[in-house]
Amino acid sequence: MTVLTHFRTPLLQTPFHARTSAANVLNRWGPWGGYMTALCFGDADMEYTAIRNAASVYDLCPMVKYRITGKDAVGYLNRLTLRDAGKLPVGAVHYTGWTDDAGKLLDDGTLFRHGPEEYLICCQERHLPWFLASAEGFDVSVAEVTEDIAALSLQGPCSATVLAAAGFDVSTLKPFRMATFPFGKGQITISRTGFTGDLGYELWMTPGQALPLWDHLMQAGAPWGIRPIGTDALNLARIEAGFIITNMDFVPAHQAVREDRPRSPLELGLGWMIDWDKGHFTGRRALLAERERGPEWQMVGLDVPGNVSAEGSILYHNKRQEAGFVTAAAWSPALKASVAIAQVQSKYLKANDLWVEIYALRELQYAKLMLPVRVVERPFFNPARKRAMPPERT
Amino acid sequence: MPTPSSEVLVIGGGVNGLACAARLAAKGRKVTLLEASEVVGGGAGEREFAPGYHAPALAHLTQGLDTRVVEAMALDRHGLAFHPALATTVLSGEAESLTVRGGKTSGVDAAAWEALHRKLSAFARVLAPLRQMRPVRLAGENRLFGLARQGLGIRALGKDDFRELLRMVLINVHDVAEDELSDDRLKGLLAFDATLGAWLGPRSPNSLILYLDRLARGADPLLPKGGMGALAVAMGKAAAAAGVEVRTGSAVEKIVVEGDRAVGVRLEGGEVVRVGLVVSAMNPRTTLHQLVGAAALDAGFFKATGHVRMRGAAAKLHLALRGTPDFRGADLKSRIVIAPSSEAVERAFNPVKYGEVPELPVMEVILPSAHDPGLAPAGHHVLTAIVQYAPHAPKAGLEAARAEMLENTLNVLEQHSPGLRSLVVQAELLMPQDIEARFGMVGGNWHHGELAVEQMLFNRPTFAAAQYSTPLPGLWLAGAGSHPGGGINGAAGWNAAGAILEAKA
Ligand SMILES: Cc1cc2nc3c(=O)[nH]c(=O)nc-3n(C[C@H](O)[C@H](O)[C@H](O)COP(=O)(O)OP(=O)(O)OC[C@H]3O[C@@H](n4cnc5c(N)ncnc54)[C@H](O)[C@@H]3O)c2cc1C
Repeated sequence: MTVLTHFRTPLLQTPFHARTSAANVLNRWGPWGGYMTALCFGDADMEYTAIRNAASVYDLCPMVKYRITGKDAVGYLNRLTLRDAGKLPVGAVHYTGWTDDAGKLLDDGTLFRHGPEEYLICCQERHLPWFLASAEGFDVSVAEVTEDIAALSLQGPCSATVLAAAGFDVSTLKPFRMATFPFGKGQITISRTGFTGDLGYELWMTPGQALPLWDHLMQAGAPWGIRPIGTDALNLARIEAGFIITNMDFVPAHQAVREDRPRSPLELGLGWMIDWDKGHFTGRRALLAERERGPEWQMVGLDVPGNVSAEGSILYHNKRQEAGFVTAAAWSPALKASVAIAQVQSKYLKANDLWVEIYALRELQYAKLMLPVRVVERPFFNPARKRAMPPERT
Repeated sequence: MPTPSSEVLVIGGGVNGLACAARLAAKGRKVTLLEASEVVGGGAGEREFAPGYHAPALAHLTQGLDTRVVEAMALDRHGLAFHPALATTVLSGEAESLTVRGGKTSGVDAAAWEALHRKLSAFARVLAPLRQMRPVRLAGENRLFGLARQGLGIRALGKDDFRELLRMVLINVHDVAEDELSDDRLKGLLAFDATLGAWLGPRSPNSLILYLDRLARGADPLLPKGGMGALAVAMGKAAAAAGVEVRTGSAVEKIVVEGDRAVGVRLEGGEVVRVGLVVSAMNPRTTLHQLVGAAALDAGFFKATGHVRMRGAAAKLHLALRGTPDFRGADLKSRIVIAPSSEAVERAFNPVKYGEVPELPVMEVILPSAHDPGLAPAGHHVLTAIVQYAPHAPKAGLEAARAEMLENTLNVLEQHSPGLRSLVVQAELLMPQDIEARFGMVGGNWHHGELAVEQMLFNRPTFAAAQYSTPLPGLWLAGAGSHPGGGINGAAGWNAAGAILEAKA
């Protein structure tokens, strides 16, 4: 008989848990995709500083992963996702998204091409029913492999140097490419990808390799101040990079309860992804019609005066008319500026008279600020080292 | 240069394909109709199932052939005429048989039946106009206007009747029979007629609405002079006269999609026909899943069309008889219903849920040769029966289930017509799977998709294709799988042509 104990541990532990729990002196955990994930290990400022000035590791295991294999893998992914999966070379990665019939975004994620007929999708939410429904009529198999693959993100200006010190020569690895490297008796895959908008890598391995790799990396990286980081620090870095997160910056269409919540890629600033010429994909006809009409919303970056984060604020046109809302905001230490990502109704964007109403908490008391904001390009923070070849050594 | 949309291709030469093609051709479109088999008619055709014996392909009666079709296609001029409307004889094991003509009958329930018939007919009259309309879209431009239009007729009922309609519209027919009648023969008839062609029993929810739909279609069951085949022939001639080029023996294998548009079809054998519009009057799932394929359709839509309920539970019996059967003196020109009580209908339904064959099936029996002696050799007869319920997924396998179903059916017939078995020269029983294989009705379903509340109107066959257009530009649906469903009436095809013309597609 199986002993049912899952209710005692409603959140799963990742293969790195033995190390992350030892390092988590604050014991600050949050849920992510059914797993325990560290929000902060001890000092969020130091963790953020490691991302921008040294090297940081972040436990990526809870990232949801699907393996797509089979003769029709390209056809399947081209019907499922917005970009042309056929143009993605083997050994490369691209950022993509997928929509429902109405052209509303279900999720975004990264697509890794491991072989002519083998891909891996990494994303925030679970999509097996949708991926399987989309597989009808295609000769592919779709498998959720979240638990089969452990992943660790290594980010920061010293990350290439740390990898070199650990015996992984990534000097020829270009952004959005991946390669395999021997490790112990097996091998691991390293991709030059990440969620910080900085130089960085993601390391993919079997769960059994997780702890040895962690130890090896921490030892090799010690001279460069490598340290584990939690979600709080990562979130600050991703805002600076202008990246959006499912269920934080938009509601996936399948989860939205209110009819007006789903957003299309055109409304989320992801229109560039759409390959209109690759043939049919789910949502294409709806998106084509929307492109004709013009999208109702726009996702924009904002420069906010002052130093108070505009998190959760409402945007106004001419200080009076509600025009949108901020989905993510922070005081950026790298830029020394207050930045925000926001959804704005297109009609108010043109008028260029946007204000943000911020409730600034000052010792238990809120002060209401009404500040003019300026629409600016994302990424807010975009260092040359993110793309430099060969990667910066320190 | 794309082919102009004035050139239309209709796939499927059943009543709906013929009606649609004829209406489009009459409005000046250049229409080609492609039919897989050697003759048009689909379920309304005729077949010589034994040498000298002609049976209707599937449908053996028409109740409510759409008047718009009859008039605009001038079917009478093309040879269509009907025998006088058939009365119904209800056979019962113990009691006398009972004759029913619309609301008129005899016995203890004569008054109750008439009152019930009057009430239900009034409801049906309110619903009838919906049959001839393109279903409203629940979102978008014509929302309020359309709803108001549909609402108007209903409001005309008056407050009390309207409330009564709301009470009854989603009720099960067994409860209605129990509430309003006491004669088992009439309860059995009501239950049988409501569930004929449906995958449900009289106690299943929403079964009464199918009876209302039956009344909305037309008052009386009719048999064309010369048999059902004559109807198919007349419609074929009328379509040709309207300018439709009818090509039989032309099975479509693929719908050709180019530049996100249906631009033609490929026939078995490889011939490609290019046109401006493709209209499918065959099964909607087969159309979308097999002929179009997943790659050209959105995943949600593809999945939804795969989930349309399509199970059949009606089997079709054809008997060649070497003499005249006797159903205890019943009028052989009547529609003979063997459904001794509502419970008997329910009991015949129960086994199919488990893939089993009912021991005492219920059925509707017609003797076409009693009306048209030419359909059988002199002195002989053809008997056709729709027998319910046949398992859609027989546990024992198709062969065994078919044999058992035939045996049980013949036993029931023998019980009501002693000596009948000895008259049988040849017997043929089509199970739902046989019907699917022969007529392309997926699951053997009567309506090319169960006619059930959740699959009616703006949900037929699915929400995104309920106005006859499909998400694939250039492809339209016109068969029974679309509103208002199947039966030999042509309403779906006629409506579809109207929608195409209205959209100037
Ligand atoms: C057992 C049974 C008994 C029935 N009895 C009655 C009855 O008594 N009265 C009544 O009103 N209704 C009856 N029906 C229902 C009725 O037969 C159908 O609802 C009706 O035939 C639907 O008409 P249609 O034109 O939409 O489709 P169909 O009649 O099915 O016609 C579709 C046509 O498309 C053709 N086709 C299919 N695939 C292709 C292809 N790939 N290429 C070209 N052509 C193709 C088929 O050969 C067929 O001719 C019965 C149904 C069943 C199952």
